[in-house]
Amino acid sequence: MSASNSDTHAHAHGGNYFEAARGLKSWLITLDHKRIGVMYLFWVIAAFLFGGLLALGVRLELWAPGETIMSADTYNRFFTLHGLVMVFLFIIPGIPAALGNFVLPLQLGAKDVAFPRLNLLSFYIYVVGTCMALYSTIAGGVDTGWTFYTPYSATTGGSVVMMTLSAFILGFSSILTGLNFIVTVHKMRAPGMSWYRMPLLIWALYATSIIQVMATPVLGITLLLLAMERALGIGIFDPALGGDPVLFQHFFWFYSHPAVYIMILPGMGVVSELIATFSRKRIFGYRSIAFSSLAIAIISFLVWGHHMFVSGQSVYAGMIFSFLTFLVAIPSAIKVFNWTATLYQGSISMQTPMIWAFSFLILFTIGGLTGLFLGTLGTDVHLHDTYFVVAHFHYVMMGGTVMAFFGGVHYWWPKIFGRMYNEALAKISAVLVFVGFNVTFFTQFVLGTRGMPRRYYNYLPEFETLHKVSTMGVLIIGLGVTIMVLYLAKSLLSGEKAVANPWGAKTLEWTHAASPPVLHNFDETPVVEEPPYHYPAPGEESRPTKVPA
Amino acid sequence: MSSPNGGGFWMPPQASTVAAEVDSLFDFILYLNYFFFALITVLAIYFAMKYRRRRADQEAAGQLDHSMKLEWTWTVIPSLFLFVLFVWGFRLFLDMSTPPADALEVRVIAKKWDWRFEYANGAKTYGELIVPEKQAVKLVMASEDVLHSFFVPDFRVKQDVVPGRYTTLWFEALAPGTHQVFCTEYCGTKHSGMLATVTVLPPDEFKKRYDSGFEDPNAPKDPVAAGQQLFTQRGCMACHSVDGTKGVGPTLKGIWDAEEKMADGSSVKVDDNYIRESLMDPNAKLVAGFGPVMPSFKGQLDDQQVNDLIAFIKSLK
Ligand code: HEC
Ligand SMILES: [Cu+2]
Ligand SMILES: [Cu+2]
Repeated sequence: MSASNSDTHAHAHGGNYFEAARGLKSWLITLDHKRIGVMYLFWVIAAFLFGGLLALGVRLELWAPGETIMSADTYNRFFTLHGLVMVFLFIIPGIPAALGNFVLPLQLGAKDVAFPRLNLLSFYIYVVGTCMALYSTIAGGVDTGWTFYTPYSATTGGSVVMMTLSAFILGFSSILTGLNFIVTVHKMRAPGMSWYRMPLLIWALYATSIIQVMATPVLGITLLLLAMERALGIGIFDPALGGDPVLFQHFFWFYSHPAVYIMILPGMGVVSELIATFSRKRIFGYRSIAFSSLAIAIISFLVWGHHMFVSGQSVYAGMIFSFLTFLVAIPSAIKVFNWTATLYQGSISMQTPMIWAFSFLILFTIGGLTGLFLGTLGTDVHLHDTYFVVAHFHYVMMGGTVMAFFGGVHYWWPKIFGRMYNEALAKISAVLVFVGFNVTFFTQFVLGTRGMPRRYYNYLPEFETLHKVSTMGVLIIGLGVTIMVLYLAKSLLSGEKAVANPWGAKTLEWTHAASPPVLHNFDETPVVEEPPYHYPAPGEESRPTKVPA
Repeated sequence: MSSPNGGGFWMPPQASTVAAEVDSLFDFILYLNYFFFALITVLAIYFAMKYRRRRADQEAAGQLDHSMKLEWTWTVIPSLFLFVLFVWGFRLFLDMSTPPADALEVRVIAKKWDWRFEYANGAKTYGELIVPEKQAVKLVMASEDVLHSFFVPDFRVKQDVVPGRYTTLWFEALAPGTHQVFCTEYCGTKHSGMLATVTVLPPDEFKKRYDSGFEDPNAPKDPVAAGQQLFTQRGCMACHSVDGTKGVGPTLKGIWDAEEKMADGSSVKVDDNYIRESLMDPNAKLVAGFGPVMPSFKGQLDDQQVNDLIAFIKSLK
């Protein structure tokens, strides 16, 4: 291929991966995992901003009871699209496909992922899926909720078929990325990089990939069945045609619960990196963090029924799912304790990525703990499908994954773009998002316990004050995110040049690669001689890094 | 809503026999939450302050990276708590799922976007479930269209209503009063308007009303007023406005005697027979610009009620 010719050529000159080739075409046909990661990064950030605007619309509508800025049908489309965009276009690909693509080969000491062409393909599949999703919102819209529950989704108007096909297509992108990562981890590790020397982000991405490969096909099949039911009138889920609507819920959650871990595991991986680096500590309980990722990946397949305690499934099914749900809570709890213990005796620096990591630690703890109310059968009955659930999963997904994502973006930004950002503004933005997040979602716990159902366009007057507070929180988040977009844009244009290892981190992408890295990542293949995060114990000499500052 | 007792910052009033137990469990989990949250945040913030980096080249003061004792402790103790939650939660759930044998049975029919209640003696109520206090009530629920969910916060009960099968729910109300019912499974445009109330009456009063088939003693005698009441109770409001605004269905303002354009291009004059047909067989003639979503009211409205509705629609000039 001509690309590889120009690659070698550029490499000879020693330029970074941006300089290795120029022009739009060099990006569109690139096989470089770093460039693919960067393209993903821009798409997923765009998706996040779009999903955020939809959330803003939803919250503004809920400022007061009755019609505030949009009709009920528009509102229903807004919250549906908000969920779909955030889940399928942002959170699922966010950390693995954007940050993971960039970082995973570097952390392994590899030149690229195992299948670079497949990697590019999965990016294009993602682009096609995104376009189909956008098209279906223009062509009729979808008002089913992101869960597509039947028979509503089988009978409502709008472009449900197009949207399900879009999610179906996006699934392939997810499967291919997962497959690529699994093979890369098995086959492409640098000399000396044994399994127990892999950074914890790799373990997390590996566990995530297993779920992606195993669970996503089920979603694909389910959505295909739904599309067939709608388009051809085959009775599968719609009782009017002889189908079973609860069967759909089983299928859907069989994917979507593991998907919750597709969304959170990578975030946990990122946070492990941040906490080790910014406290200059060997991570506490490395093996239990690594194995808890795998444990979560496996058990997560067996808990889907906890979304269906009041759906009409049998009481004993409820019992088993409740039990397994508590089982999957344990590895998550272990991780939280390990991260906290890592801080002990560290050399802790509250730079921006660490602020995000702390936000993650606090918010994810709340998200996890409030999950106990929902895993417990007796209390879930009252709380199910109320704002309590909305608050709970936002604490996990946004308080967890999104905080980790932004922590990761700020952490690897100097590596990816070779530039620093304004630290003061970055701190302000992180704090604003943290505060705004709590104002928005903590109130929703209270709304939920008091009985406010979710997906409500209108509400009783007694809920108005809390809804208003919640809406104000979104404005604070919006301010924080706007500031972030601005200083990051400025950094791209005129940020101070970054050194190879501005944080004093210990993983290969920092110790052995330039910022930004060269086309093939390393000038010479790194040889790994110690466990990850091997900061010197008191009195020990630190190992010199391979890249001059 | 009236508040018999209990409740607090988090939970609404406790109005059923299971509510107090649910709240005890809720409080137990809440204290666990407070404890573990405080443990993690206090430690994290304390470490962050105590061990903050003072010089740029400062290394960690120690590299403790494992401790079997600690790791076992924080695996086993939380697991024990989780086990307690599981057992307690399941036993309570069993109670909540098992109606007593002598429960009064009421049938619930959900459809977009209202609730209908049918009693053993054939009486029906709309949007208002009337039950006696201190008597277990078992609801046998069905849906005519999509999923809905029956939720009474004050009773701490909730159950999805599924088309094509029956689901059940039971409760025993503690004292006379009224309580809000929400639909908690998303069901489309008026999901948030799919509300009802539970009215709890003293036993003798309940018996009197039940025996009279829940005839409303204050029901208006005047046909227009009676029609108006039906119009709200039977959920026509969810789809039809009376002020000229377009909703899921056409507004009914000023349609009497007017020429209506139908979807098939024909036009129809709105008279008694047309309105009657619209109610009994709504898809026979579709108004232009609207889908076939109006449910049939065949068998649910008697002649008197149809007449009242016609009188009401006539009055909407
Ligand atoms: C689920 C929504 C819905 C409900 C509930 C509903 N309707 Fe309708 N209705 C419609 C729609 C949509 C149309 C127009 C399509 C058609 O003709 O069926 C319509 C048409 C009508 C028409 C003919 C209007 C015209 O302009 O020609 C009348 C009269 C009517 N409905 C009366 C009622 C009454 C009375 C009730 C309550 C007992 C009721 N509807 C309940 C949706 C509804
Ligand atoms: Cu789940
Ligand atoms: Cu509903």
